[in-house]
Amino acid sequence: MDAIVIEHLTKTFTPMWPWQKASTVLTDVSLRVRQGEIFGFLGHNGAGKTTTMKILLGLLRATSGKVELLGAPAGEVDAHARIGYLPESPYFYDYLTAEEFLTFYGKLAKLSAGSIRSRVPELLKRVGLDEARHRQLRKFSKGMLQRIGLAQAMVHDPELIILDEPMSGLDPMGRKEVRDLILSLRDQGKTVFFSTHILSDVEMICDSVGILARGRMLSQGRVEDLVGEQGAHSIEVVCDGVVGDEVPIVKQCALRILQKGSRCLIMLPGQEVLEEVLSAVRNAKGRLVSVVPHRGSLEEVFVEQSVQRG
Amino acid sequence: MQSVMAVANNTFRETIRDKILYNLVFFALLLIGSSVLLGTLTIGEQARIVKDLGLAAINLVAVIIAIFLGVGLVSREIERRTIYTILARPITRIQFVLGRYIGLAGIVTVNIVIMFAMFLATIWLSGFPIHAALFQAVQLILVESLVVMAIALLFSTFSSATLSASMTIGLYIVGHLTSDLKVIAEKSASQVAKAVMTGLYYMCPNLEVLNIKGQAASGVSLAIETQVLATGYGVLYAGLLLFAACLIFQRREF
Repeated sequence: MDAIVIEHLTKTFTPMWPWQKASTVLTDVSLRVRQGEIFGFLGHNGAGKTTTMKILLGLLRATSGKVELLGAPAGEVDAHARIGYLPESPYFYDYLTAEEFLTFYGKLAKLSAGSIRSRVPELLKRVGLDEARHRQLRKFSKGMLQRIGLAQAMVHDPELIILDEPMSGLDPMGRKEVRDLILSLRDQGKTVFFSTHILSDVEMICDSVGILARGRMLSQGRVEDLVGEQGAHSIEVVCDGVVGDEVPIVKQCALRILQKGSRCLIMLPGQEVLEEVLSAVRNAKGRLVSVVPHRGSLEEVFVEQSVQRG
Repeated sequence: MQSVMAVANNTFRETIRDKILYNLVFFALLLIGSSVLLGTLTIGEQARIVKDLGLAAINLVAVIIAIFLGVGLVSREIERRTIYTILARPITRIQFVLGRYIGLAGIVTVNIVIMFAMFLATIWLSGFPIHAALFQAVQLILVESLVVMAIALLFSTFSSATLSASMTIGLYIVGHLTSDLKVIAEKSASQVAKAVMTGLYYMCPNLEVLNIKGQAASGVSLAIETQVLATGYGVLYAGLLLFAACLIFQRREF
């Protein structure tokens, strides 16, 4: 069973007054998240990531399409006992202490008093807020708030955790902590579905990604497959003692030439022109330094796909 | 029920930790205490003045709490986006609305009890008699506060806190003038105006049936049947408003 199934999801916001225009923020979005994987939901700001997440949780209703979480239709309240959620830039009840806050969310998740008593200190320790357990949330820093937010999403030990931009606004150390936490959740067999526009985070920890732009899914798949498709055909050649622009074959075949003094970096579109270019470099008395098949990055996939869709 | 009570307890705690509440209660206690001084300015009517002012202070503060905290019950959760993490839990929207209402009802009750205790202490220390009518009056003040809270909650499910407060104050004032609406309807020559005024008379809460402060200050008790009927009316009216609030909140998107 997939943890999340979205098929042909469309969301149109109907205006209150007839003279206002309706706006469609999601169009025919389909994706599947397998159980036990970390799924990165990528997209620019305003692409529709948060809207999709809100529909998953029943905060918004889909205009059309099918949405299921852990086998139950979206918005089914009972299924929420198995789901944890952290919204983007969350505001929490700042008059509560960290311990009271987690206890409250534990009660909402229908945990027994006994499990709350054992679970809360354990979680506070896990997110590094053990010493701040009696401190009110209004005295927390942004990073601490994000960590307590993650703790509330995990307090009932859910199977599926949905995180909306969990790393936004955090310093590098904070981002690393969140990344480690997400990885540890996967190690426990949990499914993590998180949105972000920070591509390096996705590349580092995600098993699968989905790219959303202007409310449409551009692509979805395993990170290595997406990156592999992009990167398989580009090769980086570095040589000394040659000016790339002055060698006609090099100039003709290269995607890009970067010259710094006598060192030249030649970016080739693929293997098929490599031999020809290497011979040309040798003939021009150039010395080969390195030939590296260029591994594409998710950023390139993202940019390329966004550009293709205009 | 566990979820409802968790939300109710949190609402109670939220309000308890709000300094505005203490200021309001302090103001009421000051008013009750100073009523003794004001009473000395009158001849023969001292007891009535103390009781009148005391009940009025309790009523005023209870209604202010009901309106200004009531309008924030739902709208504040939406504005601060705390609603997202709450509704992502296994809790229905109806349970959430009920929990918020019960939490504030608890706060209003505790405050009324504190103010009433101070009021009774003031009367007792001044050597005036304590009538059963005072208990009846304060019980109906509580019922009125529950109605006002439900009005505020209903408005806050579909409008901002400021707008909800304005509309609740408006309806509270109209609620004390419904008998005038009936008179206007009876005297109106136009059939349309008559129908509109009669409709308004039946739709708006008749808060005057919950106001017995004047007669209670004079020591005149209410017949028990009238007391039960007035309480039943207020509770039923608040219940209907809560039902409407739940219906609207069910349909809302965040």
